[in-house]
Amino acid sequence: MSTASSNPVEMTYREAIIAAQRAELQADPRVMLMGEDIGAAGGSFKLTEGLQAEFGKIRVRDTPISEQAFIGAAMGMAMTGYRPIAELMFADFMGVAFDQIVNGIAKHRFMQGGTLELPLVIRTVGGAGARFGAQHSQTGESWLLSVPGLKVFAAASPNEAYHLIRAAVRDPNPVVVIEHKFLFTRKGPVQVFDGVVSLVEGPRQLREGRDVTIVASLAMVERIQSAAQQLEAAGISAELFDMRVIRPMQPQAIVASVRKTNRLLVVEENHSLGGWGGDLVSTVVAEAFDYLDAPPERLTLPDWPVPYSPALEDAALPSVDRITATARAMVEGRGR
Amino acid sequence: MSAIQHHSQPQPELAVGADQLLHFYRQMLLIRAFEDKVNEAFLRNLVFGTTHLCQGQEAVSVGAIACLRQHDSLTYTYRGHGQVLARGMAPEVAFAEIFGRETGCSRGLGGSMHLADLSLGLLGSFAIVGAGLPVALGAAISAQLDNRGQVAMTFFGDGATNIGAFHETMNMAAVWKLPLIFVCENNLYGEYSPILWTTPYEDLARRAEAYAMPAEIVDGNDVVAVYSASMRATERARAGEGPTFIECKTYRQRGHSRSDPAKYRPAGELDYWLERDPLKQCEARLQSGFAVQQEKFDALRAEVQQQIDTACEAAAEAPWPEVRDLGPESLVEVRA
Repeated sequence: MSTASSNPVEMTYREAIIAAQRAELQADPRVMLMGEDIGAAGGSFKLTEGLQAEFGKIRVRDTPISEQAFIGAAMGMAMTGYRPIAELMFADFMGVAFDQIVNGIAKHRFMQGGTLELPLVIRTVGGAGARFGAQHSQTGESWLLSVPGLKVFAAASPNEAYHLIRAAVRDPNPVVVIEHKFLFTRKGPVQVFDGVVSLVEGPRQLREGRDVTIVASLAMVERIQSAAQQLEAAGISAELFDMRVIRPMQPQAIVASVRKTNRLLVVEENHSLGGWGGDLVSTVVAEAFDYLDAPPERLTLPDWPVPYSPALEDAALPSVDRITATARAMVEGRGR
Repeated sequence: MSAIQHHSQPQPELAVGADQLLHFYRQMLLIRAFEDKVNEAFLRNLVFGTTHLCQGQEAVSVGAIACLRQHDSLTYTYRGHGQVLARGMAPEVAFAEIFGRETGCSRGLGGSMHLADLSLGLLGSFAIVGAGLPVALGAAISAQLDNRGQVAMTFFGDGATNIGAFHETMNMAAVWKLPLIFVCENNLYGEYSPILWTTPYEDLARRAEAYAMPAEIVDGNDVVAVYSASMRATERARAGEGPTFIECKTYRQRGHSRSDPAKYRPAGELDYWLERDPLKQCEARLQSGFAVQQEKFDALRAEVQQQIDTACEAAAEAPWPEVRDLGPESLVEVRA
């Protein structure tokens, strides 16, 4: 997706988010950053730290707590020559600006006959596991699934955060980039670059395997990677994918994988009803029906809001052990 | 102290010459004839769904938009035919969009509630009450960043002053001293509800005081009054002095939409406002100020009617859009 660069740089997920924005602010004077407490404070999660000092208060702008106005303003700026990045402090706050996102930003190009471009990015922080309670723990993925006109990227690693944000800024379409608050301190190699970015491929293959295809997004990605180690110890070879682009969905690589492994397990931090895994399973069943040796399985959140208590929140999230046990049962024919 | 008290005194009227006033008159005639024709076209099954007409409110669009320059931009509402025509969209193109034809401004993808043309700074007609305000805010941010003296203008009704996006936008425009002109078309009804059922007072300019924003209340049916206030507001904005709120007292001579016969209006109310019809007021000004004769008005009416009839019939003959994959109209295709 990018032109070549030097050796990868070791960075945390948080540092990668900052580095990507810095690179785009440097590369294009039309890129403008705005959001609540992103300037002097460096962001409530410190995802813009240092950027205001470097680029000034105009290009890195603190806004009032007015999500409708600044998300709508991003749309107006994108139509009049700028490339705004709007930070929504929590994905849950998309609810406040939902009209701007789903009725405005997503439909405007279409309603004007496909004649304009809306190059804007909404960066937002989603996900559970940080004891934030029901209104600050949703990924936001499912809310955006049935909204044509948007792209939705989900960043599962430092390298992905860096590349997805840079690609999103350069995309002529509106892109929502979801970052996961549980991953901020994760460290990993980031392939930094100076070249032109334009394309984000669909799912990212993390591991080759023979027996079962496991797909996840965001913080569930590292869990399927841990589960794959456990499965390996049990003699089961799992092929892993990070879904990465939630919308528009690009299921071809998963379909091809299931034709090889004959089994599909989807792990997502969303509710079952309306989660992206449901559509993925439906596509795989339709396109690889004769290859399936077991019914596809999904591990999701239970059908209630994310609870606060650590004891309950941890239990609500698909655990590594559950992922391993589910995959084993599928491979060993003990499924449903 | 307050801007409102200050501006409760009538502000001076700007000198408008005969040619300019005749131009305003012709534009208002064009909008009136267009709207009457849309109504007629509805009965001929050329218009689908619903449509929201602005007969009686023409002076607001014409007077305010006359103050805009080439690179200024504006947002407006589902009752937005007047704004696009005042800004220079060809009637045939507007008719064709309303008729769902390929030659419409949005190739038939938008319809009556979504007339727009970016090349004219017509950023969009918003069918969700209040949704255009944050987008105009973004255009005003761009104008301030560009620093070339452009402004943004946003048109909205009295009903929109009760929605959150309005207040967020007013606040941010004031805090950042943006070159944004708020043009409130107070037509006394929010859809079917009289203003005092939904709002504690009729003078909506009072809301500007809460945001320390200068405001004026004008006779919205007097094109010179609207023009004078709008010129003061745009000059302030171009000089970097920030936003202005202009409340235009006007009246919707028809119902809210196609399906509303407006039977809820008290007896005599319509007649009261027909006496204050913007065309009538303009004719009186032209007669008393410039000795323009009735024959001139009749000739202009006939000329405009001819123009509208021709445009309507051309649009009625225009081709339907081809049934095709509309994905590219929704998302720009990005290639590697």
